Amino acid sequence: MVTINFISSKGETKKVEGKEGQTLMECAKDNYIYEIEAECGGGCSCATCHVYISNEWLSKLEEPSEMEQDMLDFALNVRENSRLSCQIKIDQYCDGLRVETPETQF
Amino acid sequence: MDRIINTDVLIIGSGPVGLFAVFELGLLNIKCHVMDILDKPGGQCSQLYPEKPIYDIPAYPVITGQELTDNLLTQIKPFSPVFHFQELAKHLKGDGQGGWQLTTRNGKQFNAKTIVIAAGGGSFEPKKPNIKNIDVFNESVAYSINEVNNFRDKNIVILGGGDSALDWTVQLHSISKSITLIHRRDNFRGAPATVNKVTQLRDKGKIDFHVGQVTQLLGSDNSLNAVICEKKDENIEIPCDILMPFFGLTMALGPIQDWGLKLNNKRIAVSTETFQTSKEGIYAIGDINDYPGKLKLILSGFHEAALMAHDVFKYLNPEEKLTLQYTTTSSALHERLKLK
Repeated sequence: MVTINFISSKGETKKVEGKEGQTLMECAKDNYIYEIEAECGGGCSCATCHVYISNEWLSKLEEPSEMEQDMLDFALNVRENSRLSCQIKIDQYCDGLRVETPETQF
Repeated sequence: MDRIINTDVLIIGSGPVGLFAVFELGLLNIKCHVMDILDKPGGQCSQLYPEKPIYDIPAYPVITGQELTDNLLTQIKPFSPVFHFQELAKHLKGDGQGGWQLTTRNGKQFNAKTIVIAAGGGSFEPKKPNIKNIDVFNESVAYSINEVNNFRDKNIVILGGGDSALDWTVQLHSISKSITLIHRRDNFRGAPATVNKVTQLRDKGKIDFHVGQVTQLLGSDNSLNAVICEKKDENIEIPCDILMPFFGLTMALGPIQDWGLKLNNKRIAVSTETFQTSKEGIYAIGDINDYPGKLKLILSGFHEAALMAHDVFKYLNPEEKLTLQYTTTSSALHERLKLK
């Protein structure tokens, strides 16, 4: 088990257990992180699972693919640390990961 | 154009489940009209993931969203459904004789004996940027273009870097006073020809381009004068009469939630025997419905379509007996499938 910290746009932190192999989006949905929509169900097709990865974690994750970069164009309020959570696989190295969720996905 | 349409069945939504409903109803000799907010059939399959593989369609180890849509269109061809695209189902009321009267946002009216809601996640609507005072300037924000002349000699700011943003930049640059394209990165995702055109326009100084995002709208009396664009090192003010955001589409249940149908978790409650909703003659199938054990899968939607069709038949023909026939052997079905 890997601990993931989801921080809502209102600043509330929710600590949850992620499973290795699942995506960050799936972990968020399993744990009722309500600021993540994931309309397309994980197909990198809708940009409604947009998250901000804490800066100290950004470099530890694999770089976003070109497909993810393209889809991020459809997310709102994109920042340098924006990612689509359906494209991030949880592994043992993610233990303690801090993820902020945006106020809105639409 | 026909503004009033009479039909036995109106299907709302032309995603895979709506299309397969045409097939199941067609086998029972029931003709359908099909409406959709998008400009083409396929729903999420063609809008969100046309090129992406689906692995859980029975008998197809792998099929893309677009292939599934194309195959379904081929399969329902013998039943010649009538499609009405770019129509949003708005108002619904009883016609006083057991049927239903549905009006669309564009004012088209359907008089339908039964209505099948196969609207998936709801209707696709443009995403609204998360800018604080955007609602104040609703009149100055455009998500599509009906009348090009409204854009003549205006300062236009276009947001986004996809096909829509690029297409409109190219289309409007010659008639507008100014065009500013704002995108989060210096890289466009669109048809190569359009990307080239936009790059040329930018290099020749015909349009302005900024990497950044709009954070504030300025104006008075609900009319927009300028936007503040936040760039990496500075904030700049850009004159703007019309703001055009292109951040893709999102789904919302929309007007359907005001039709008085019983809802569960923002989805339409149905009987699992008939797929009828809480109102007689109105059915709901596919992702938009809810019942104990519901799985939001295309294959479940196909099953729901078959059961719905049989109940619609009984509803339309209360006196007639319906026996299940098989497409392999039934000559009546072969005739309907135009195999003879």
